[in-house]
Amino acid sequence: MSLVIEQIAKRFDRFPALKGVSMEAPEGCFLALLGPSGSGKTTLLRILGGLEFADVGHIQFAGLDWLSLPARERRAGFVFQQYALFRHMTVAKNIAFGLSIRPRKTRPTRAEIARRVEELLALVQLDGLGKRYPSQLSGGQRQRVALARALAIEPRMLLLDEPFGALDAKVRKDLRHWLRSLHERLGLTTVFVTHDQDEALELADMVAVMNQGRIEQIAAPSELRANPASDFVAEFLGQNAAPGVVPLRTAATRQKSPTDSRGYATY
Amino acid sequence: MTTTTAPKMKRVAMKTIPILRPRAPTDDHPLVKIALSAIAVVFIGLFLFMPLLTVFSEALAQGWRMAWDALSEPDAIEAIKLTLLVAAIAVPLNMVFGLAASWCIAKFDFRGKNLLITLIDIPFSVSPVVSGLVFVLIFGLQGWLGQWLRDNDMKIIFALPGIVLATVFVTFPFVARELIPLMIDQGKDEEEAAATLGAGGWSTFFRVTLPNIKWALLYGVLLCNARAMGEFGAVSVVSGHIRGLTNTMPLHVEVLYNDYQYVGAFAVASVLALLALVTLLVKSVLEWQFADEISATHRH
Repeated sequence: MSLVIEQIAKRFDRFPALKGVSMEAPEGCFLALLGPSGSGKTTLLRILGGLEFADVGHIQFAGLDWLSLPARERRAGFVFQQYALFRHMTVAKNIAFGLSIRPRKTRPTRAEIARRVEELLALVQLDGLGKRYPSQLSGGQRQRVALARALAIEPRMLLLDEPFGALDAKVRKDLRHWLRSLHERLGLTTVFVTHDQDEALELADMVAVMNQGRIEQIAAPSELRANPASDFVAEFLGQNAAPGVVPLRTAATRQKSPTDSRGYATY
Repeated sequence: MTTTTAPKMKRVAMKTIPILRPRAPTDDHPLVKIALSAIAVVFIGLFLFMPLLTVFSEALAQGWRMAWDALSEPDAIEAIKLTLLVAAIAVPLNMVFGLAASWCIAKFDFRGKNLLITLIDIPFSVSPVVSGLVFVLIFGLQGWLGQWLRDNDMKIIFALPGIVLATVFVTFPFVARELIPLMIDQGKDEEEAAATLGAGGWSTFFRVTLPNIKWALLYGVLLCNARAMGEFGAVSVVSGHIRGLTNTMPLHVEVLYNDYQYVGAFAVASVLALLALVTLLVKSVLEWQFADEISATHRH
């Protein structure tokens, strides 16, 4: 049931985004893909989610030839950087979406779906907000709705694209701890993309440091700190390893401006 | 003396401070505001409201009875029927074409995308008369397909199919133009999210894409409908002006007007104007009714 990635390569036009990436992660692992922008980490995540297609390579997960499944059959819960909530639906409808579009035979009853939605709202600590629209929520609340929506389909794995990218520092810290404890409760194999080494080292069981379409090193955080495999890893981890320092440089290059976020104001 | 007047002057100066406070950068001088509003009101009154009023007042110049008689004349009834029929065919077709075009332009990347966007605008930039002539050249008796059509006993020019074709062509951009910018702006994140949640193509379209664009779509369809019913130039070329058969309402208005039947011409014209007003009214009512939902689906 572990996640095995073999020689995944992908190019966009002439730009090689991934140049043969291989790694293995045990089931239930909390894996961080860490790297600067353009390192290919988001492309790899989107390939895992079925939103992008690899040119070559294999991925095995849960005993399945993962890449042969279309996105909608993978049951990979995907949380987008800008959340991509359905803006015309209430929070409850957003969360229920994955269940309510199932074919009649496998679709839970209305009451069952409503019960699941309540459960998930409680899980992400948004009880009572089911009737709101996404535009009426704060960034941190939207992010948790997106997570609840992804969890509603009982995903085989959870994929998070810069889960804290669009949040301010305070909310970011709070959510980080909350996400870690949620992961421990659910035990889902989780892959998340980040450019923030503090975030990766603090949250993840394993960190894959990526650079220019390759994996520089994949190891547990302590091992990574103790024995960086290359100058790049040492430099990337070192540049703001001081506790409590928000990595302004990488944050500025990566984070999208509020105006190009899709339909969601970032206050 | 000096000691008593100095504080007084100071007080006066302090009182004037609020008046001297600069205006907010986006705030204009009151006179500018009044002048701009006046220009807008006068312009709208002269160029939009007056003509509309004239149409109705001319129609009723000789009383309701005359206007009604002009409308219930068989040729007028046929013209109204034909116009509604043409709109009923052309508008749904353009809704589907417009949706398909904007869907593929907004959600996919492919070569020649900009060319396609330019092509969509052609009906706006080409004179309607020219587009009508193009159809005559293709489908007319002396046209490219003329011989073949005659052999197979099909009539397109000077018949309903030709009028529908010309109308579809002229009104094509309305829906697409309305949808493309909105759909590009909304991106494909929500569709991708739907796919990861297990939705297939159809349920993604009907439950995610369509609800997000339905107001723009409605607006485009209403504009398209208004133009479809009012189109004159292209239809005039392909219709052949056969009274009671291929005359649409705008063509019938012209025929009556040229016959000096002013009451009849304006009566038919006011029905056209009424149809347009009703479409706008429907749109406003819907917008008012669903204000919450509209504000939720738009960016802010």
